[in-house]
Amino acid sequence: MADAAKEGGLVFHPMDQFIVKPLFGDGAVGMFTFTNVALWLLLAVACVVALMVLGTSKRATVPTRTQSIAELAYGFVYKMVEDVTGKDAVKYFPYIFTLFMFILFSNFLALIPMSFSPTSHIAVTAILGFGVFFAVTILGFVKNGVGFLGLFWVSSAPLALRPILALIEVISYFVRPVSHSIRLAGNIMAGHAVLKVFAGFAAITVVAPLSVLGITAIYALEVLVSAIQAYVFTILTCVYLKDALHPSH
Amino acid sequence: MATETTGTASACVGPDGSAIGMPQLCADWMPNQIFWLLIALIAIYFVLSRIALPRIAAVLAERQGTITNDLAAAEDLKQKAVEAEEAYNKALSDARAEAQTIIAQNKAEMQAELDKAIAKADAEIAAKAAESEKAISDIRASAVESVEAVAKDTAGSIVAALGGSADDATVAAAVDAQMKG
Repeated sequence: MADAAKEGGLVFHPMDQFIVKPLFGDGAVGMFTFTNVALWLLLAVACVVALMVLGTSKRATVPTRTQSIAELAYGFVYKMVEDVTGKDAVKYFPYIFTLFMFILFSNFLALIPMSFSPTSHIAVTAILGFGVFFAVTILGFVKNGVGFLGLFWVSSAPLALRPILALIEVISYFVRPVSHSIRLAGNIMAGHAVLKVFAGFAAITVVAPLSVLGITAIYALEVLVSAIQAYVFTILTCVYLKDALHPSH
Repeated sequence: MATETTGTASACVGPDGSAIGMPQLCADWMPNQIFWLLIALIAIYFVLSRIALPRIAAVLAERQGTITNDLAAAEDLKQKAVEAEEAYNKALSDARAEAQTIIAQNKAEMQAELDKAIAKADAEIAAKAAESEKAISDIRASAVESVEAVAKDTAGSIVAALGGSADDATVAAAVDAQMKG
């Protein structure tokens, strides 16, 4: 096996799948260039439209299979917003549902072989994470005024501890968008890179069956991760939104 | 920025077409990603908030309404069934009571008729019995007479046979005396 590696049989380029390239022409990647990122983002949009609009077009009282899935997703996220954030947050449900559907479909589309995974890119998830962060922070100040700062002042703790706790709370508050976005990108990127590495091992005949088994296992795990990361991102958004609407501990 | 790079071999892609470092950290590609991401998010948001979500909410509300209506209708029908059962039971008991009265009435009528018939039969039987009684006493009387006559005849004959002689009057007196004894 070591010989094979020396001969160049083993070539790992696990990160190549994340390269952004223009789909038409060979030019540079400008801001408006139609790249593979654009293609897979728009495919995610198309899937959302297919499920949520075309799937429910019959408005059947007894739902079809597709309509059931759409209603299931709707009910799932709606209940999450209601339970975690509260009844008064239901008006923000469309935004949260947008995030959920986008991440879910981006993650699942990325599992198609030869596809591109937009959610593995920091640029994409950082926009999502910081978008949530700024929206929630601005909303908190608009709704509660200066009272929003009470979020950092733990009134249930002993007075002497409060300044220290406030410092920790502030740091953790500003780390939120970073962890929020890197969690998603890291999970998706790591999973896809590992898949690629296992696929690289398949070039060695002896190891190939094991490699295929490994790919299958990791792929199953990635399906799970795709759904779970969409869920985690959404529920954390709900938690942050709750802090903005009800900053008191 | 992107305008400074030429060809596929940007700062992030090596001459052999493979990535240099992490493509995720390539600043050249970020404006493109962010632009298309915003397009996608805005598109999804508008499609969802304008079309899909109101539609699904309406469908769910309509379904809830249908279920509520159906349940109410079922409750109604159940109530009706209970009422129908009550009416049936009432009709049944009424019919039973009526049947009882009819039976009692018929029984009374039959009893009256029967009594009448029995009385009539009793009268007839009594008449017939009286008639028979008379006939029997007649027969008995005639039989006694016959026995007397025969006894007298026989007694006269026996007396004659024994060699005695007796007139009819003596024999008759003797026989009468004997028969009375």
